[in-house]
Amino acid sequence: MRSSKNWRKGVIKQRVKVSRFAKIVKLDQDAVKSLSESYQLGHHDNITYDFRSERGLTEKMVSDLSLRKGEPGWMCELRGRAYGLYQKMPMPGFGDDLSVINWEEIYYYLAPTKKESKTWEEVPDAIKRTFDKIGVPEAEQGMLSGVKAQYDSEVIYGSLRKSLSKKGVVFLGMDEGLRQYPEMVREYFSKIVPLADNKLAALNSAMWSGGSFIYVPKNVEVGLPLQAYFRINAENAGQFERTLIIADEGSKVHYVEGCSAPAYSSGSLHAAVVEIIVKKGARVQYTTVQNWYKNVFNLVTKRAWVEEEGEMRWIDGNLGSRLTMKYPACILAGRKARGETLSIAMAGAGQHQDAGAKMIHLAPETTSQIISKSISKNGGRATYRGLVKINKGAKNAKSKVVCDALILDSKSRSDTYPTNIILENEVSLEHEATVSKVGEDQLFYLMSRGLPEHEAEAMIVNGFLEPIMKQIPLEYAVEMNRLVELEMEGSVG
Amino acid sequence: MAFEISNLWVKIEGKEILKGISFKIEPGEVVALMGPNGSGKSTLACSLMGHPNYRIVGSLQSAVERRPIISLDGEDITNKTPDQRAKVGLFLAMQYPVSIPGVSVREALLAAIRSKTQKLKNSKTQKDMSALDLKKLIEKEAGELAIDPELLKRGLNEGFSGGEKKKMEILQMRILSPKYTILDETDSGLDIDALKIVAKGANFMAKKKKTGILVITHYQRLLSYLKPDRVLVMKDGEIVREGGIEVVEELEKRGYQTAGKSV
Repeated sequence: MRSSKNWRKGVIKQRVKVSRFAKIVKLDQDAVKSLSESYQLGHHDNITYDFRSERGLTEKMVSDLSLRKGEPGWMCELRGRAYGLYQKMPMPGFGDDLSVINWEEIYYYLAPTKKESKTWEEVPDAIKRTFDKIGVPEAEQGMLSGVKAQYDSEVIYGSLRKSLSKKGVVFLGMDEGLRQYPEMVREYFSKIVPLADNKLAALNSAMWSGGSFIYVPKNVEVGLPLQAYFRINAENAGQFERTLIIADEGSKVHYVEGCSAPAYSSGSLHAAVVEIIVKKGARVQYTTVQNWYKNVFNLVTKRAWVEEEGEMRWIDGNLGSRLTMKYPACILAGRKARGETLSIAMAGAGQHQDAGAKMIHLAPETTSQIISKSISKNGGRATYRGLVKINKGAKNAKSKVVCDALILDSKSRSDTYPTNIILENEVSLEHEATVSKVGEDQLFYLMSRGLPEHEAEAMIVNGFLEPIMKQIPLEYAVEMNRLVELEMEGSVG
Repeated sequence: MAFEISNLWVKIEGKEILKGISFKIEPGEVVALMGPNGSGKSTLACSLMGHPNYRIVGSLQSAVERRPIISLDGEDITNKTPDQRAKVGLFLAMQYPVSIPGVSVREALLAAIRSKTQKLKNSKTQKDMSALDLKKLIEKEAGELAIDPELLKRGLNEGFSGGEKKKMEILQMRILSPKYTILDETDSGLDIDALKIVAKGANFMAKKKKTGILVITHYQRLLSYLKPDRVLVMKDGEIVREGGIEVVEELEKRGYQTAGKSV
């Protein structure tokens, strides 16, 4: 995407390469500490927040937030219920240890400005500079139908092309969506991801702020993607954005989100909930380029409800964060509904990418496909966790799961946890899994042709990802490739 | 000007495989290296290219320690990485080329050439090759080597037959146009037509481009098309015989058993 040009302006400090070919004794480096040097969006802005909650979370803070936002009573009440559930529910028993998160230290709500701006001129300078760096204004001009930029808890900028708003397309911050379309929000909010779905979803439902609200009317096709940028600026910040996308019958939309956070020593928490309704014959694609800084806990619930002949496609690229636990799901509720997830995970030093997908087949002739490619290096850990469930009655359902893992060195780890629950007889399920290591022979081969070691390694990694990159719109594939290369540059040996 | 190997001792997992190899190859010279299985021929090829698993050690037997040296036109490359060796003009056509999924030969060569010209740019001796020029060049070379154009689109060596892999090695060699090249059992897996094509290409490089060639082979077959100027015979990690083309005929008749006797 266009933003790449701007990102490249960032300074990459190259660390000394320690090559296994150079026969130099390896020095034990604190790999995590040195990561900030290769993270290009690692700065943070000194801004004065319009409002910042106390650290930690209380019931009063939940109701205060609702009051502050001037929400309808039902939402305030929903938040209260969610808070109660959050208090009661256990932490997820899989993925990774979440007790390392200092829940009491987190700021659960941070408002940088009073309201969302319609033009870039209105956005405060310090914030504008950051989004300039990410490339938002430039990308908006060229290749997007609309943009939302969220800074900590609030959407600070938003736009939508006039031609689309005339056709009835709605693209708002979630808070604004609730103000303008309370009935529609009420009809769908927390229906796809119930409050009690999991503890983090309950937390999000209690403290949600920002995110996107999208409605695409019947038979309207949104040609260019709608894009949201999420930025966590404050230390120990919690970002709980909430996104609701409703694609009405026969419509089509592509939503893209990119995430970043500055370099901080103590972790931030990102617990989003995304709910998507794909109505009859509609097509929705949701692309994520997650590049959080490596101290962010990224615990996200994403789920789509897909009706007859609808198509949902998740493209989920996870490159950043300390821990990601995210399994975009499709509930294939109508006949011939289709769900697809392409998942790319890259786990470097100090990172655990616990990612995957869920496909729930409820109706006949539903089809799904999960393709997962993970790379672990420098002691990173990549986990594929997936579920395919074919319910009774989902006759002639078809599902295919392919997960490939590439391990770059002996310090790194890869695990695969596929679960298949099949309750119907006449179905087809394919599952392929491979784990491969970048052998010294592959490196030697490319190096013997004249490629330096890091280039050879990056080339092998890109080659591994190639089958999945082919399926991603070019500009996002380019961006993803570039991020992968940056990650590879930061690798030691 | 020569590719010179002097006093090369190499260990793999603590075991000495090469025991003091010395020889040199002049520009444009074709030198054949023959020897029975396990004599250390491929170890030599990989060591010359800088494979990290092959450890070059100093000579322990000789009273006076002589440092092992691999030099290319006067440049000491003994401690260089494989890519640095490639950049000064060495190439190894591998015996068992590995596959690199998702990376086409064009991508690999483009990166290799870019990385090479980057270095040369400072001296302004060579123009940068465009991706399109390279594509045309690859197609032309593939045509001459009778390589199926479909293979050019695939990942390198992915699902290639033995012969296709070998031809792809030769294609890369011809495009990278090294000063010295090692053909490590390139003839195995090639049918007679392919063998002739490969030999023709190698002859051209030796005669017209003055490439020095080390041909490692078991058989006489290739050498009847690619005439060597000299023949080396290796046994148990040592060069036991050196001579002209007559050595090949000798070996065909008597085998390797007696090969060392005349040294």
